[in-house]
Amino acid sequence: MIVELGHYALILALLLAAAQAFFGLAGPALARERWFGAAPSAAAGQFVFLILATTVLVHAFIEDDFSVRYVAENSNSALPLFYRIAALWGAHEGSLLLWIDVLSVWTIAVVARLRFLPPAFGARVLGVLGIISFGFLAFTLFTSDPFVRLTPPVPDGNDLNPVLQDFALAIHPPILYTGYVGFAVSFAFACAAMIEGRRDQLWARWMRPWTVIAWAFLAWGIALGSWWAYYELGWGGFWFWDPVENASFMPWLVGTALIHSLAVTDKRGLFKSWTLLLAVAAFSLSLLGTFLVRSGVLVSVHSFAADPRRGIFILAFLIIMIGGALTLYAWRAPRMVSQAGFELVSREAFLLFNNLLLVIAATVVFGGTMAPLIAGTLHLGTLSVGPPYFNPSFLVPVLPLLALLSLGIHARWRRGGLRESRQRLLVSFAFAAVLALALVFGVYAHPLPLTPIGAVLGIWIILSSLIDPLDRLRRGIRVPAAMLGMAIAHIGLGMFVLGITFVQSNTLERDIALKPGGSVTLAGYNFRFDGVQNIEGPNYEGLRGTVTVTSDGKPVTVLHPEKRRFWVQGSVQTTAAIADGLHRDLLASLGDDVGAGAYSLRFQYRPLIRFVWLGAFIMAIGGVTVVIGRRQRGPGWAAAAQHTTVVSEPGSA
Amino acid sequence: MTPRRRRLYWVLGILAGVGLAAALALRAFQQNVMEYYDPTHIAAGEIAQGKRFTLGGMVEQGSLKRTPGSLEVNFVVTDFRHSIPVHYDKVLPDLFREGAGMVAHGRLDAQGTFIADEVLAKHDEKYMPPEVARSLAAGKQDAGKEGAH
Repeated sequence: MIVELGHYALILALLLAAAQAFFGLAGPALARERWFGAAPSAAAGQFVFLILATTVLVHAFIEDDFSVRYVAENSNSALPLFYRIAALWGAHEGSLLLWIDVLSVWTIAVVARLRFLPPAFGARVLGVLGIISFGFLAFTLFTSDPFVRLTPPVPDGNDLNPVLQDFALAIHPPILYTGYVGFAVSFAFACAAMIEGRRDQLWARWMRPWTVIAWAFLAWGIALGSWWAYYELGWGGFWFWDPVENASFMPWLVGTALIHSLAVTDKRGLFKSWTLLLAVAAFSLSLLGTFLVRSGVLVSVHSFAADPRRGIFILAFLIIMIGGALTLYAWRAPRMVSQAGFELVSREAFLLFNNLLLVIAATVVFGGTMAPLIAGTLHLGTLSVGPPYFNPSFLVPVLPLLALLSLGIHARWRRGGLRESRQRLLVSFAFAAVLALALVFGVYAHPLPLTPIGAVLGIWIILSSLIDPLDRLRRGIRVPAAMLGMAIAHIGLGMFVLGITFVQSNTLERDIALKPGGSVTLAGYNFRFDGVQNIEGPNYEGLRGTVTVTSDGKPVTVLHPEKRRFWVQGSVQTTAAIADGLHRDLLASLGDDVGAGAYSLRFQYRPLIRFVWLGAFIMAIGGVTVVIGRRQRGPGWAAAAQHTTVVSEPGSA
Repeated sequence: MTPRRRRLYWVLGILAGVGLAAALALRAFQQNVMEYYDPTHIAAGEIAQGKRFTLGGMVEQGSLKRTPGSLEVNFVVTDFRHSIPVHYDKVLPDLFREGAGMVAHGRLDAQGTFIADEVLAKHDEKYMPPEVARSLAAGKQDAGKEGAH
């Protein structure tokens, strides 16, 4: 009975989404003030019913209600409680519900800050969000209902996919979705601005903090996913250019371009139509990502669905949303001309390059991701596009992007070039070059051709980002949150670049068959295999190996790689043992019994790999810093609020 | 320089940059995209020796042979019409087993053995790569027709 209540709540949420869309868009269009107030109410009601529906499903998981098909397929009575809750988004239906929940939370956040927006604009934003919510709720209810009963109920469930039984992956989807879905807010702001045909650039100021927060969450979510793949898939890879990874990476790249072009639009009133286009593109890529991951067109660990109806539904939705937004764009964008100009060496010009290069990078990823799909659809044969394509092609736009960054952050707006900063830039570059070359040739050795370039750029980005904040500290001036956040984000990027550079250049990996007592040496670390023993966990059994690592005869660590066999699904999972360190990770993975008393093992030495995720995390912190700083005292929201009261006065009078 | 002319230079410069990037990406694409073949394609002699490609099919029951105490394995991949011997000397992925689908990257040697440099680890128990599923379905259909004759 409770389950049916949840189902009913979801249907009510669908109706309220329709109401939100209608009142939000029709209210301002027909100039009916009363209707404006109905949109936030509908959003709030929708939120309540979604919480109710989600709670019901979580309850079914906790109580092991295997009469619900979704629970029976993705949980088991032996599954630990935490994973039973996380199993909610362990497969297609529940992860869609999560998508909608996240959208609802974003919508409520917009409602909470509605007083800072002109009423008509705010209503339109809610209206567009309502359309999106309606589309996804309809999709869930008609093609992917998580509340379907199973008759007769099964005695026990099929268990959660073992690779998903992990802390990082349990929190990865909510965080990733927060980023993904957050671009819906940017999209809604862009649509509202286009519907109104606004000639000013205030919409950019309003859109900025939402976009930056979404972008930060997306960075964090992608990094978590990569970290998970690294230790959970068992073999030490952290980025595979898998379509599903690309699906979240493309909106992030375009989102990065968007937050930079928003800065230009906000500060200088330039790039208006380009910024709108990027906002549409970022959310379109989020939708496309959902389509790619959820429709079953791409088979990978993430693609839960293989039902063609779902694919067609999402495709139709995609066409309506993107097509609608682009039509609106074609109609309204020509109005949004900018009069100001700028010089070749100016902040605007560098941000233009930033945008171009990021969009090219996103296009490169897009091409590689879609090519196998297109070739398959047109019967041109079966292709696989992997790292040999992505790695070099991605670097073509990204290397100049990184090289221009340090110059760009020190260029003045409009004109004036780099005059005052030229000397500091040269000094920081010289420092970076010396440090990088010492690192490349002194510490790590055996560089690839691009290793010194990556190292110099990474260190230069970090040093040059520090120039302005340190200069202010030295002179005893407050560092504004925007400057601090930007510096933090760029330092994160520099760390990320360093991490990638060295992990790509200096990783050592060895597959070997060893009998107990046998050993192998990698990068000065001696890995000795001491044999295996049987183990038993809550829902699996397996083998646990012991590997003693020494360096120059001194003990470093003892690793316990495992091979687990999960009872319910019978699947086997390799769990790598990782000794982590800021300067290097050591990994051991256990393969199979290869006969004659030997086991196959993989050992790895990965320098600076922590910098990859740490860098991404710090980038996200930079974004959050900017937004929190301006909320507390910055002119952004306050100025917007002042403007709002002015605009809203005629309406409310 | 008039504003109009300046804008023209901007546009030309950007177009040249974008064009160059596109050309480089296309080149990388042509050189690095791997085509997929099944054992029937190979038997038809469609592949030159030494070309790197993706092989897909089912691991034949009872064909897996290990050299005891080493990583060297040999097995046979089939699409029910033709089969091809495969050699590999790294750790096999968790879901690799006889009677299951597999995908591998590698090259053919002079004897017609597929020397795999990577056997792909896929992590869903029910997972059968779609291209392999297609090859196998086609193979089974052919085998069925022959049986009817």
